[in-house]
Amino acid sequence: MSAALAVAPSAWPLRRLSSFLYGRRGLYLALLLAPPLLWLGVVYCGSLLALLANSFFGMDEFSGMVKREFTLRNFADLAAPANLDVIVRTVTMAAAVTLGCALIGFPIAYFMARYTRGALRAAFYLGVMLPLWSSYLVRVYAWKLLLAKEGVVNWLFAETGMGWLLQAILGLPVVGGPSLSISSLGTFIVFVYIWLPFMILPIQAALERVPQSLIEASADLGARDTATLRKVILPLALPGIVAGSIFTFSLTLGDYIIPGIIGDSSMYIGQVVFLQQGTAGNVPLAAAFTLVPITVMVVYLAVAKRMGAFDAL
Amino acid sequence: MRSDGHAGASRTLKLAALAGMAFLHVPMLFIVLYAFSSEDQTYVFPPPGLTTRWFGVAWERPDVWQAIELSVQVAAVSTALAIALGTLAALALARSRFFGREAVSLLLVLPIALPGIVTGIALRSAYGLGGIPFGFWTIVVGHATFCVVVVYNNAVARLRRTSPSLIEASMDLGADGWQTLRYVLLPQLGTALLAGGMLAFALSFDEVIVTTFTAGQQTTLPIWMLQELVRPRQRPVTNVVAVIIVALTFVPILAAYYLTRADEQGGAGR
Repeated sequence: MSAALAVAPSAWPLRRLSSFLYGRRGLYLALLLAPPLLWLGVVYCGSLLALLANSFFGMDEFSGMVKREFTLRNFADLAAPANLDVIVRTVTMAAAVTLGCALIGFPIAYFMARYTRGALRAAFYLGVMLPLWSSYLVRVYAWKLLLAKEGVVNWLFAETGMGWLLQAILGLPVVGGPSLSISSLGTFIVFVYIWLPFMILPIQAALERVPQSLIEASADLGARDTATLRKVILPLALPGIVAGSIFTFSLTLGDYIIPGIIGDSSMYIGQVVFLQQGTAGNVPLAAAFTLVPITVMVVYLAVAKRMGAFDAL
Repeated sequence: MRSDGHAGASRTLKLAALAGMAFLHVPMLFIVLYAFSSEDQTYVFPPPGLTTRWFGVAWERPDVWQAIELSVQVAAVSTALAIALGTLAALALARSRFFGREAVSLLLVLPIALPGIVTGIALRSAYGLGGIPFGFWTIVVGHATFCVVVVYNNAVARLRRTSPSLIEASMDLGADGWQTLRYVLLPQLGTALLAGGMLAFALSFDEVIVTTFTAGQQTTLPIWMLQELVRPRQRPVTNVVAVIIVALTFVPILAAYYLTRADEQGGAGR
C-alpha cells in the first residue's frame, strides 16, 4: 500500500500519458518505433545510400581526390579482366565453402536433432553456439599455428608417414602452394571452420521439426535407411540447408581478413574493397565493388525465399 | 531387426558428428597450448618447452591494457544503446500487426544479414560525406547498429512467450499502461534483456571487420590482434592475448545461454 502511494505522485504525468495513449494504439506504436527506426533508417540506410552515391562518383586523375560528379566509370572498371577474376574467384570460394559447411554440418545437425537429449544436447548446442559468437580473430589465428610449415598439421602428416600425400596435395595447381598456410586450400579450410556453426544451427532447427512418425512410416513402407534419408529427411532439411547457406555465402563474400592471413596472394572482393578505400584512396571504386556482394545476396535471398528458407531461420 | 533404427544413431553418423565437433573445437586447444610454449620465434610443434612467463610479459604491456580498456568502453556504450533501441522495437513488434511491419523487421536484420564489409564501408562513406572525424563515437555507432538485432531477438522471443492474460490481469486490477509496463512487462523481460545485452557485448568486444573502417587511429583489442597477425611483433604475447580474449567472451555467452534456456532456441541465434 505504502509502496503504491510512494509511486503515485511521481507517476502522475506518466499515468496521464499512458491513459492518453491507451486508446491511440497507432500513436503508441509510433512512439515506440521512432527511436529504433530513426537510428536504423537515418544512420544505417543513410550510410547505404551514401555508399550507393559514392559508387557513381569519379576520381580526379591528377589530384587523386574524389570528384562528386555522376559517372559510370566505376562499373566499367568492374568488368576489367583483373576485377572479373576477383569476382569469379570470390563467388567460387563462397560456393565451395557453402558446400563444405553443408557436408560437415549436416551429420552434426542430424545427430543433434534426432539422437541427443538433456545434458548431451545442451553440450552440443553450446559447442556450436560458443564458436558462433566469439573470438573470430583468435579462431583464424589458431589455424595460422596449425597450418604453418613447422606447425601441427605438417607434424601430424610427417609422424604418420603421410608427408608425401601432403606434398602431393600442395603440388596441385590452383589449390596448392608452398605450405598449407599459403594456399587457397588453407583459405578454404579456415572459411569452412569459421562459418560452420552458421550452417549447423538452421539445419538442426529444420530437422527438429521432422516428425518421428514420418520416418517410421517410411520404414514401414519398406524404405531402407538410405532411402528414408534421401527421400524424406533431406527434402525436409533443405530449407534449413538453404538458410544456413545464406550465412556461409554472404559471410564468405564479404570477408577480407581470412584470405589476407591464410592464403596465397590472390585477391578476394573484400580485400580489393579494403585496399581501394584505404591505401589507394579510391572510395568510389571500392563502393562499386561492394555492390557486387549486395547484388549477389539479393538474388540469393530471392531464390532462398522461394525455397522456404526463411521459415527455417 | 535393424540395430540402427530410431533406437540409436548408426556408427557412421556418430563418428561423423563427433569428428565435426572435434574439427570445431580442437584448434582452440592448441591456442591454449601455444600460450605456454617457450618458443618465441616460430609456431613449431611440439613446443620445445612449457612456461608461464609470457603471461607476465603480457601483463606488463601498456598497449594491451589500452586496447582492452577501449574495447570494454565501446562494448559497454554500444550495448546500452542496443538495449534501449532493441527493447523499444521488440515492444512495438512483438504482438502487433501493421502495414510495413515486415519492412521494419527486415531493417533490423539488415546490418548483420549484409556482409560486415558493406556495413563498414557504408558507414565510412557516410562519415566521409558528412565530414565527421573518426573516433570513439564513430566506432560505437557502427557497433550499436548491428547489436540492436541481438537484443531485439531475445526480447521478442520472451515477449511472445509471455501470456497476454498477464497483461489483461494487470489492467483488470486497475493498473494503467505505464504501471503494466513497469511492474509486469519489464520484470518479465529482465533476464532476456540481460542475455541479449551480454551477447551484444560479446559481439561488439569481438568485432573487427566493421571496426577497421570506422576506427581511425583508435586500437580496440581485435584491431590490436589483427595488427599482430599481419605484422607479428612478439608472438608469445599474441598467444596469451588470444587466450584472454577467448576467456573474456566465453563468460557472457555462457551466462546468456543459461538466462534464456527456457526461451526457444531461436532467441539466442544471430
